[in-house]
Amino acid sequence: MTTDTGKTREYNLSAEKPRIDGTLKLTGGADYAADRNLPNQTYGYPVTSTITSGKLVSLELDEALAMPGVLDIFHHDNFDQLSRSPNSFADENLTSEPRLPFEDNEIHYQGQYIALVVADTLNHARAAAMKVKANYERSDEFLTDIKALDRGEGELPGEEQPGDASSIGDADSAFESASVKLDHRYSIAQENHSVMEMHASVAQWENDMLTIYESSQGVVFQRNALSKIFGIPPEKVTVISHFIGSGFGSKLFMWPHAIMTAVAARRLGRPVKTVLSRTQEYLATGYRPTSLQRVRLGADDSGKLLSIHHDGCNESSPAGKHDDTVSGATPKMYDCGGNAAVTNRLVTVNKCPPCPMRAPGEASGNFALETAMDELAVKLEMDPLALRKKNFAAADPTSDLPWSSNHLKECWDDAASRFGWDKRNPTPGAMQDGDEIIGYGMATQSWEAMRQHCSARFGFRADGSLLVACGTQDIGTGTYTIVAQTASELTGIPIEMVDVRLGDSQLPSGPLSGGSMATSTVLPAVSAAFDEALSQLKSLATAEGGVFENADPDTIEIQSGKLVQGDRSVEITQLLADNQLGLIDGEASAQPGDEQNQYSFRSFGAVFVEVRWDPGISRLRVARVVSTIDIGRAINPMTARNQVEGGIVMGIGMGMFEQAEFDQNGYPYNNNLADYILPVNADMPKVEVDLLDYPDYRHNAFGARGVGEIGLTGVAAAISNAVYNATGKRIRDMPISIEKLLSA
Amino acid sequence: MRAFELESVEAIDQAVSHRRVHDGEAFIAGGTTLLDLVKLDVMQPEKVVDVTRLPLKRIETLEDGRLKIGALVSNTELAKHEIVLRDYPVLSEALLSGASTGLRNMASTGGNVMQRTRCPYFRDPDMPCNKREPGTGCSALDGINRNHAVLGTSEHCIATHPSDMCVGMVAAGATLVLEGPDGQREVAFEDYHLLPGDHPEREHDLKPGELITHVILDTPRGGGQHYLKLRDRASYEFALASCAAIVSLDGDNVSEVRVALGGVATKPWRATAAEEALKGQPATQENFERAADAAFTDAVAYSHNGYKITLGKQAIARALRDATARARA
Repeated sequence: MTTDTGKTREYNLSAEKPRIDGTLKLTGGADYAADRNLPNQTYGYPVTSTITSGKLVSLELDEALAMPGVLDIFHHDNFDQLSRSPNSFADENLTSEPRLPFEDNEIHYQGQYIALVVADTLNHARAAAMKVKANYERSDEFLTDIKALDRGEGELPGEEQPGDASSIGDADSAFESASVKLDHRYSIAQENHSVMEMHASVAQWENDMLTIYESSQGVVFQRNALSKIFGIPPEKVTVISHFIGSGFGSKLFMWPHAIMTAVAARRLGRPVKTVLSRTQEYLATGYRPTSLQRVRLGADDSGKLLSIHHDGCNESSPAGKHDDTVSGATPKMYDCGGNAAVTNRLVTVNKCPPCPMRAPGEASGNFALETAMDELAVKLEMDPLALRKKNFAAADPTSDLPWSSNHLKECWDDAASRFGWDKRNPTPGAMQDGDEIIGYGMATQSWEAMRQHCSARFGFRADGSLLVACGTQDIGTGTYTIVAQTASELTGIPIEMVDVRLGDSQLPSGPLSGGSMATSTVLPAVSAAFDEALSQLKSLATAEGGVFENADPDTIEIQSGKLVQGDRSVEITQLLADNQLGLIDGEASAQPGDEQNQYSFRSFGAVFVEVRWDPGISRLRVARVVSTIDIGRAINPMTARNQVEGGIVMGIGMGMFEQAEFDQNGYPYNNNLADYILPVNADMPKVEVDLLDYPDYRHNAFGARGVGEIGLTGVAAAISNAVYNATGKRIRDMPISIEKLLSA
Repeated sequence: MRAFELESVEAIDQAVSHRRVHDGEAFIAGGTTLLDLVKLDVMQPEKVVDVTRLPLKRIETLEDGRLKIGALVSNTELAKHEIVLRDYPVLSEALLSGASTGLRNMASTGGNVMQRTRCPYFRDPDMPCNKREPGTGCSALDGINRNHAVLGTSEHCIATHPSDMCVGMVAAGATLVLEGPDGQREVAFEDYHLLPGDHPEREHDLKPGELITHVILDTPRGGGQHYLKLRDRASYEFALASCAAIVSLDGDNVSEVRVALGGVATKPWRATAAEEALKGQPATQENFERAADAAFTDAVAYSHNGYKITLGKQAIARALRDATARARA
């Protein structure tokens, strides 16, 4: 196996291609986890805590055990002894909730699993689960609302995380002496991932080998974690996730339902399928934590930033720590005179552990920063776009490293021009159309460009098709398609002939589908594996008796499925046939190299929003969104734009609708899709996304920096800024609900 | 979901005689409320009587000009019916503002009248709720009540009635035809739904064994009509406040007016105070707003739903304005 550290060449690959798995998805041929049905299969249904905090004293199971079809009920008193996963990101065995299911009788949150009913059908399992009676010792000490702790000024509540604090220059002094100062608090309510495909596990043991079908953004992580938890070698665990109906971060790291399903399958000696309900998903598979934030900006009278302070605070859980580090990216956003200081704090709440949710940290932090920038522009009577341009960071302010590639200025100008920003009247309420007042707002978008280690296999088959395999996943973003595009481009073999295998922990180890890093991580490994396979083909061709006997391999090229040397060529299928081979394949890996110490890698963009506010009926709608993004090279601009559009939809949810609510008893009030308000089709404005095309070959040989998260960042701020332009009301707490608009 | 016995009936007398025998029975038509609540374990019928084969699917104009609607007419069919579109546009608009196409295709006229509240505490069997389990208390009073009622509430229940269709029917004026073991009777639509009072578990004037067979709409009122529904998102959400308005003009004055409200009250709400305040008055924005204020004179706000008083007034004023514009057109 060879290892490619990156930038040995520059590929010029970009094409609009529909998803190669589109037909499978539209015809029901895509095998999602819950679609899996195994012989002799049984069904698990969790029983969950209905108290917020306390102890489980006892379970009354007799009535449930007597229900039709019930096979067994698993709980604290009869569960297998397991070990916790070491929960290391570096060792790729991180789980979302380190606490094992039924580990003790402590209740940390509503929705915590207290038993798993297994029956012959889903309906029987669910009916019996409703008959399990739990006796609790309730604790009056609990917290579900971190805002209740906030004094509204000064330090944020919670425990400061020393690892999150960073600073450059002397932000305190610069702020003190600044002629223009701004100090405001912001918050974003808890958002649920609301994945389209429910979390599901189907577990089967064959002898001492566990196979688990899971809707997972990280089959390798889950394989490794299960290995540690069950104390069996990783080779004996297989995690399969061929298709994922979105994850948004909630499926990155395994949740307890997979563990209890695997235990039940082992104990019963039969496969067990557990599909969570929407309510269970909302209560036990993470969320974007509520964040409280404080931003202080210091500037001179011309609008030059002199300092940025950004303090964040987010929810964490007694069942598992999660730090969203909402302020982490802030110092990289603008040239702030070399003076920035950021901190982050955690408050433990009685909810399941939060987890990453699309653009974790930055989507929240960027909202606060970009709203504060708008407020500063108002204070300075300056155009918000001009203010940002004035503070453009020509290099990464935190390291002074040059950007690998940064076209933010063009993003600002392109989006502003397409939007018609020059027609904006800065006076709130000045732009009217019938009953409606029009507001314009904008924000800068950003997301770090990351890349990880990755392995892949590339094969030429005797029938002329290609096999490309990697233990990463396609979470609906189009990974299958860009891998197929790459294989097709590298070989000249049509994309229809490319068989891409993903979502299986037995394949060469691939990355999490998260952090917008799958493209930049996987494609270099695919090309390295291709090189390996090609070199084997060349060896065959140049070997004694081969078609290009004794030729210099470097003089041989691959074109349209043929090996070509000078005016001679041979079909690869012929080469394989001549050698009586069914498959020639190569495995290789790729990883980032020294460039990580030479450049700062980050994508930027700009988003402009038009809102329409009808004060007569308190109706706010987003009417138009224009975004221009620089993600280096988009391998597939069609699916890449789709990612940005999806991020914008999610941003509309964050800005206008989404908030998980808990009442004074910690009761999760809107724990379902009817009451948790997500944007629907009718809320969708005209969305125009433009991607610049400046390949970032410093990042990898394909020039791609990834696109999954950046589209979401900035949207909530742009909405809130547009609402100010329309109404003169500054809403600093997301979402901007009707009552907030009425009371502001 | 628990198992229940399902029986299909072919004739109305067969349907109503069934219910006389047992408690714990429920009729099912579209099932869009019942099955939801059975899955949540909120309703636990032992037997479900399928009435979808009954001959209640016609819409016909009676000799006196009223419109008789079979209880099994789907929400979609009713909303798109040419007579409804022509003579009762407020009802069509109300229907089309509710739910989704798929749900409207399944949901029946009679079933919509029987829709149950969307109060999340009602819909969770683990939570105290006087409507679901009398005497256990009302979780919404001290809990989250953003979606709850400000009109017609009691100290035992503040849940809203969720229907849009019913609000349109209250504005249009209607009569319910009920068939029971003791024969047929008619109830004015406005009197059918009950205020929660001391007995929030009693939601309507339907006696054991009775079945809604028809809704008869009053003779068309003419005038300008409009249904305005206000909610967080643009579709697929129950009303936070809605208003059905019918305005007839005599010159510049309002000669007849009907105002009904949804989303703010414990039953489909006829805002007679608003009507009285506007009738005979010039059709001006000022008078619309005065009528809107009158509708909420007795409103009671709880911890999270005070905004509904403002929003409800806005819904009335705007619906009256737009209905008036249509009356002038």
